[in-house]
Amino acid sequence: MSGPSIYEPKTAIERWLDSRLPIIRFGVDFMAFPTPRNLNYWWTFGGILSFCLVAQIVTGIVLAMHYDPSGAGAFVSVEQHIMRDVNYGWLIRGIHANGASMFFLAVYLHMLRGIYYGSYKAPREVLWLLGCVIYVLMMATAFMGYVLPWGQMSFWGAKVITNLLGAIPVVGPTITTLLWGGFAVDDPTLNRFFSLPYLLPFVIAAVVALHVWALHVPGNSNPTGVAVKSKADTLPFHPYYTVKDGFAVSLFLILFAMFVFFLPDAFAKVDNEVMANPLVTPAHIVPEWYLLPFYAILRAIPDKLGGVIGLGGAIALVFALPWIDRSKVRSMRYRPMARTYFFFWILSAVVLGWCGSQEPDAQLFPGVTFFNLIDYDINSVTWVSRFAAIYYFAFFAILGLLPMWEKTRPVPDSLFTPVLSHGAAVPAGAVAAPEKKG
Amino acid sequence: MADTLTHTDTPEPSRRDFINILATTATVGAAVAVAWPLIDQLNPAADTLALASIEFDLSKVALGQEVTISWRKQPVFVRHRTPAEIAKAKADDHAPMKDPATDASRVKAGHEQWLIVLASCTHLGCIPTFGGGEYGGWLCPCHGSVYDTCARIRKGPAPKNLYLVDYKFLSDTKVKIG
Repeated sequence: MSGPSIYEPKTAIERWLDSRLPIIRFGVDFMAFPTPRNLNYWWTFGGILSFCLVAQIVTGIVLAMHYDPSGAGAFVSVEQHIMRDVNYGWLIRGIHANGASMFFLAVYLHMLRGIYYGSYKAPREVLWLLGCVIYVLMMATAFMGYVLPWGQMSFWGAKVITNLLGAIPVVGPTITTLLWGGFAVDDPTLNRFFSLPYLLPFVIAAVVALHVWALHVPGNSNPTGVAVKSKADTLPFHPYYTVKDGFAVSLFLILFAMFVFFLPDAFAKVDNEVMANPLVTPAHIVPEWYLLPFYAILRAIPDKLGGVIGLGGAIALVFALPWIDRSKVRSMRYRPMARTYFFFWILSAVVLGWCGSQEPDAQLFPGVTFFNLIDYDINSVTWVSRFAAIYYFAFFAILGLLPMWEKTRPVPDSLFTPVLSHGAAVPAGAVAAPEKKG
Repeated sequence: MADTLTHTDTPEPSRRDFINILATTATVGAAVAVAWPLIDQLNPAADTLALASIEFDLSKVALGQEVTISWRKQPVFVRHRTPAEIAKAKADDHAPMKDPATDASRVKAGHEQWLIVLASCTHLGCIPTFGGGEYGGWLCPCHGSVYDTCARIRKGPAPKNLYLVDYKFLSDTKVKIG
């Protein structure tokens, strides 16, 4: 995609094809892509995520063959037809339903890696933005896909989220009506929520292509954050990183298979085993785990529009990271202060996630009234989520202001140095360019 | 000669410019014309809109009882209020509220015991449960909005009182909603 091509057609037919459609050239150069030699396992999530996307598309298309997108038939077609009658339907649905959680697990680790190692900094801002777009598309797809089994949680989740969009000034109510296709969440809603998550994965695939393209222009970042200086700093993507990514995908598949075969309902909610009933709200509505922190932020703000702004802002700030964090040092490996704030930020998101899973009037230490300040019960989940949300947002301000007083550690001269200085002695045979050997 | 100079500063649009503007305008116009049906098809269809009104027999609801019925696929509360609940709602008429309204404005004169409202929390649409919260009315299980005995929002994130629906009494025991 960038840089001179290394492909030389060897046979007459390859030369003939190359002058008409240089597809082999594209593939060869793509796989030979020079990749920093010091990438660790946190860099394997790109491969894992590609696997997840393909798995979701394949299982999703198969499930659509057996699914009935009508209010009367959806629940039965999933819970009875697919889960009991379709050959291997239980397996395919198990992969698809748990695959969504696996996909989000991988995308969160991928994003956290990007933040920790400062991968979003120049010249990779567009790469980062495209990744954020993929993340938002993933949330939309997962939300609409979750509606399809038409259980109680599907229905009320759909109602809450579509009402959420209704809080947007001026256009909100129109958007809600367009999503509903009626006066409430109903058959028309289910039908369009069947059509759109069929479309969106292909949109995601297209944005992934742009994401990879934007990666191939500046090349990968790396754990030191030091730019690649010469060919000696890189290895060809194939076979070095295809094998490393392949190994990581295998490990990831062990976790994946554990859920599919041994804990297939670990992420499922009991309420969703009850068919959607527009006249009864489940006692406790919770979204899937990957949306819980945002849900907690929404609930922490005692105002409808304010809650929506908080939720949207929590995501929008992630988009803006390349322009918020102005530190010259890319990797948090050499930014001990930023690293501490970063780990507390992850903690704040985990605390928010926990708060989101609790009932709105629950208490942190049930029954303890010691923390009542004036009218406010600091012991309540609401207040815990408020404090966590304040830190979640404060982190972005800290990251923006930190370069003014931050003391960073010395950054190595080349990404090569820390590789060689890791152990006391360089192992025998570790020559400067391992790709040149045998 | 100054005239000629200003004239050449802004050259006369050529035939080609005119054709470009015309073609672009026509293309944009056509794109909008095509986009509109594609957006408007998302709006409620005629058969969905046709589910306009229902009749409901109030004699089925005993004093102090509440039923949830479905109108246009939306849940509606029909609550037979006790005199104590009505008194409580009237007493709070001038208390500070997010969406101030008097009790009388939320029921039909002569039928104060009947409160008929959309059962969707004005926050995010869950159905509140009666008997929760500290105002003797409803508590929304989703995000903790509290409504009083005439379904006015008193606490929590919901911005509005539970919405009133259009209804009229056909007789003392029969009501037409919608």
